[in-house]
Amino acid sequence: MSRVARTVAALVVFVISVFPVYWMVLTAFKPTRDIQSATPTFLPMNITFEHFGTAIAAKGFFSFWRNSLLVAGGAVLLALGVALLAAFAVARLQWKGRRAFVLMVFIAQMTPWEALLIPIYVIARDTGMLDTLWMLTLVYFMITLPFTIVTLRGFLAAIPVDLEEAAQVDGCSRGQAFRKVVFPLLAPGLLATSLFGFITAWNEFAFANVLIIKNQDDRTLPVWLSSFNNTFGTDWGATMAASTLFMLPVLLIFLVLQGRVTTGIVGGAVKG
Amino acid sequence: MTLLADRPVRTPAPAAPRCRKRPILPYLLIAPTVLATAYLLLYPLIRNVIISLQEFGLPQLVRGDAEFVGLANYAEVLADAEFWGVVRRTLWFTALNVVLIMVLSTLVSLLLIRLGKWLRLLVMGGLVLTWATPIIAATTVFQWLFQSRLGVVNWALTALGFEQYRDYTWFADGEATFGILVTLIVWQSIPFAALSLYAAMITVPQELYEAARIDGAGAWRVFSTITFPMLKAMFGLITCLEVIWVVKAFVQIWVISQGGPGQATTTLPVYAFQVAQSLQRYDLGAAVSMLMVVLLVLALTAYFRQLYRQEREV
Repeated sequence: MSRVARTVAALVVFVISVFPVYWMVLTAFKPTRDIQSATPTFLPMNITFEHFGTAIAAKGFFSFWRNSLLVAGGAVLLALGVALLAAFAVARLQWKGRRAFVLMVFIAQMTPWEALLIPIYVIARDTGMLDTLWMLTLVYFMITLPFTIVTLRGFLAAIPVDLEEAAQVDGCSRGQAFRKVVFPLLAPGLLATSLFGFITAWNEFAFANVLIIKNQDDRTLPVWLSSFNNTFGTDWGATMAASTLFMLPVLLIFLVLQGRVTTGIVGGAVKG
Repeated sequence: MTLLADRPVRTPAPAAPRCRKRPILPYLLIAPTVLATAYLLLYPLIRNVIISLQEFGLPQLVRGDAEFVGLANYAEVLADAEFWGVVRRTLWFTALNVVLIMVLSTLVSLLLIRLGKWLRLLVMGGLVLTWATPIIAATTVFQWLFQSRLGVVNWALTALGFEQYRDYTWFADGEATFGILVTLIVWQSIPFAALSLYAAMITVPQELYEAARIDGAGAWRVFSTITFPMLKAMFGLITCLEVIWVVKAFVQIWVISQGGPGQATTTLPVYAFQVAQSLQRYDLGAAVSMLMVVLLVLALTAYFRQLYRQEREV
């Protein structure tokens, strides 16, 4: 393939990848008359924040935002705590049944959650957890838990045991060695893992759609956004503004994670 | 007193306590994980099996007095022509998506290897952006792109001379909606597959390529005799993952078309949910989702096999 052909192919791939998101953001900033014009404009000519105003002023926007934040944040913190214990056991200790446990985690990671919508709905209903954010938090916790264990185990395994042992030789207890030596090194890994878990929970739709029915104020952003037809009708500017606002945290997280995941893990510890 | 008297008998050797104290710790550490998995994953799965063996409709949901009916639900589902239509559609949907994803991702990864630094970073940045797009944001945007009156796709097609696409209502037509869903899922899936394949390809030693080129091998020959055989396990792994993801794709379909128009985009997970939600036949829905689990377990077994092979090769 010639150089020119490669460049053209690269640009085509780039445009196809980026266009839908570009179009979303562009529409969100376009004045309504530009959105409705017969010939679309492909560059930001006139910019307006009107649609963002409409989206934010929509009934319940802030409570949906808060609900999403609470559910995703709660699930991730819970998963992080539980996973850290398990990851430590798997990466640092020798015990019978370890392989079986790891296999269980791998299998749990592949759970087809879509097949469990019905029983979880029934269980939530039976236990009076329907229409509560608690139930959603628990489900998201379980969805993110296996992945969190697997990644944390990877990060932990990347930290040389020697460091811990050296600390113990210097008079630290095992707990102190973990807290003072391993934990600071693990922090970037914890951050990366929790942010990925956060994205998963933040984006989840199917369970939020099934478990929050009557109490519409308890809905999360994805469910609200999916029903934009009821909220905004044919106001595509506002719909795209709401989508953009929904995507913003995810995008920020991806930007934060750029580089932070890989650098800093052992970088400072075992140099020279 | 008795407690004290019992003690020496129960501890076997004087050295034991130190050794015995250790092994408990790992089990304490994994206990929360095991308990959570048991209650939030295993129990729902078992409950699903139970519901699929009961007569479980709205009355039973309210009163909680479901009775076991054996395999009657499975018999009903398997005897239903509609179900087999859904299975066929799911297989076709999966095959189409996965083939497109794998072929296009391979092409993109081969392209990435051949690009200079800046173009490569540009393309990878674009792929990451696609990857980062939440499903719900993507479904919303696609609905906007394919909107009949103001949608940019119809505008572009009309501008290119396809007059029949002026104000064309994509979502009213079964095949068009099916096509949009395939486009959406392929678009969303390529970044992961392409970037993984690219990451694998850069591990292939350059000398092999050079040797092949000296021998006069063309691009296709290099790929089919060097790249693909060396990365067979990786290709297998990604294909299995994509199969799993496409089979259970629910949100995209549910949000865009709810399985419609008619039944044109009803795949297994959508069908299971429809039966349970709209007909309130939780028993049949559970049976359908169990059948889907069986299908996925087959794909999963293949996946774990590949994973094992991959681990051994590395």
